[in-house]
Amino acid sequence: MKKELTCIICPRGCALTVTENDGVWTATGNACPRGATYGVAEATHPTRTITTLVRVKNRVDTMLSVKTENPIAKERIPELMRLIHQTSALAPVKAGKVILEDACGSRIIATRDVE
Amino acid sequence: MIAHDIVVVGGGPAGMAAAVAAYDRGVNDVVILDREETMGGILRQCVHNGFGLHKLGRELTGPEYAAHYAAEVKKRGIRTLSETMVTSITPDLLVTATSTRGIQKIQARAVILAMGCRERARGALNICGTRPAGVYSAGTAQKLVNCEGYLVGKRVVILGSGDIGLIMARRMTLEGAKVAAVCEILPYSGGLKRNIVQCLEDYHIPLYLSTTVSEIHGNERLEGVTIAQVDENRRPKPETARFIPCDTLLLSCGLIPENELSRAAGVAIDRRTGGAAVDQFRQTSVPGIYACGNVLQVHDLVDYVSDEAEIAGRAAAARVLEEAPTGETVETEPGSGLRYVLPQRVMKTEEPVDLFLRVTRPFGKLKFVVKAGERVLATASRPVASPGEMERLRIPAGALTDGVEKIVVELEEEA
Ligand code: SF4
Repeated sequence: MKKELTCIICPRGCALTVTENDGVWTATGNACPRGATYGVAEATHPTRTITTLVRVKNRVDTMLSVKTENPIAKERIPELMRLIHQTSALAPVKAGKVILEDACGSRIIATRDVE
Repeated sequence: MIAHDIVVVGGGPAGMAAAVAAYDRGVNDVVILDREETMGGILRQCVHNGFGLHKLGRELTGPEYAAHYAAEVKKRGIRTLSETMVTSITPDLLVTATSTRGIQKIQARAVILAMGCRERARGALNICGTRPAGVYSAGTAQKLVNCEGYLVGKRVVILGSGDIGLIMARRMTLEGAKVAAVCEILPYSGGLKRNIVQCLEDYHIPLYLSTTVSEIHGNERLEGVTIAQVDENRRPKPETARFIPCDTLLLSCGLIPENELSRAAGVAIDRRTGGAAVDQFRQTSVPGIYACGNVLQVHDLVDYVSDEAEIAGRAAAARVLEEAPTGETVETEPGSGLRYVLPQRVMKTEEPVDLFLRVTRPFGKLKFVVKAGERVLATASRPVASPGEMERLRIPAGALTDGVEKIVVELEEEA
């Protein structure tokens, strides 16, 4: 199997080709080792840290910014967003507060204070 | 009238970092004025992550990065006045501000400009068509969505592929809207690679290069836009025009440093950057007025805003403490292929000097050569360079000797 990717680790943006041979993935096109690590990870199990918002129930026109504590599997993003859209928070909230214990394999954490 | 040693205008990332640096350099009487309710500036609406990797060694969201600096400000007891709008600054450093407390006059010994930038609006873009609701600048939409929870539309076209446009493409998609297209008039995107991958490719949002919005349709609400490819002169080619139905158009077409106050204070502006012309200490043409962050030059990364603000903060403090360096200054000049070089003038000191610059278009392998007449002061090779990435070059300590009269940065393409 073969995948074409753009390395996003630094501005240079090397065009990577990641290939599988007998279960072993290797990257080419990377100008530095960081690109190989990224390329193989991105080709085998891409993950993303998702930053998003939940509504604050007891405040008018106020959104609480949140993030996944760990990167989650990329293909689970739609599922995560469905969960998030059913969630709301109650003020006051401090940054760092856990809003959801388990959402697609990560905790959801507040990234700001709402008084 | 009251007096403060240093007045910082703007409480965003630049203002906060400048105030902290000034304090740490030995000036306790620093005050930050900001027109918003809370400090943090534009970071408050930048809920995505990617901030702080260079500066703080961890990846933070915008609000978290702002909170880090707000805590540093608070820890030092630096005064912050929110909902306070500066209306004028005089060349002798008298700052006038209005707030619910009335009009205040503050005599400063140094002023740091940190007002940030604003978005280029539709009026500046000359798009023809009607004037329906549903046309927003990307940053305005970002504020509505991220801070107030108001999704501005359901079917969206974005003009401009700068980072705010890309980030908003992802945001709107995650919130349930359909982003039909991102159009970029240039043959390349000015946004970070990471954003192209994680904001567009992840969600299968098409990016059309060398393409613009040539007409806006709709009476009450936007009903659609005509997009068309452009020729070398950026004029739409009618034969390529096609209609895309949408209820929202977001404009992400560049940022302009907000320098009305600076101009009125007599600060000389560099037409290339849209910000003040400064020396390496970020002092403007008006002695005692410093500038940093997006009001000085539009940055790609907030980390570099903080770095620049620290330079300005330390220099302003040195002035107040009467320890500022003095010496002869020489001008800098961008050679061909360079959009600008900052600082625009350099004071000859023993210290190394960092130059910041942008290229005019994407380049392959190249070398930057910093020259004074025929003498080479510094060189730096790069595998690639693009207008979206600010470059930094260092003139080593001791290179600025008596003979140096003008510094020119040249770009040499390499095979
Ligand atoms: S491979 Fe290395 S040099 Fe190339 S983009 Fe990735 S991190 Fe940068």
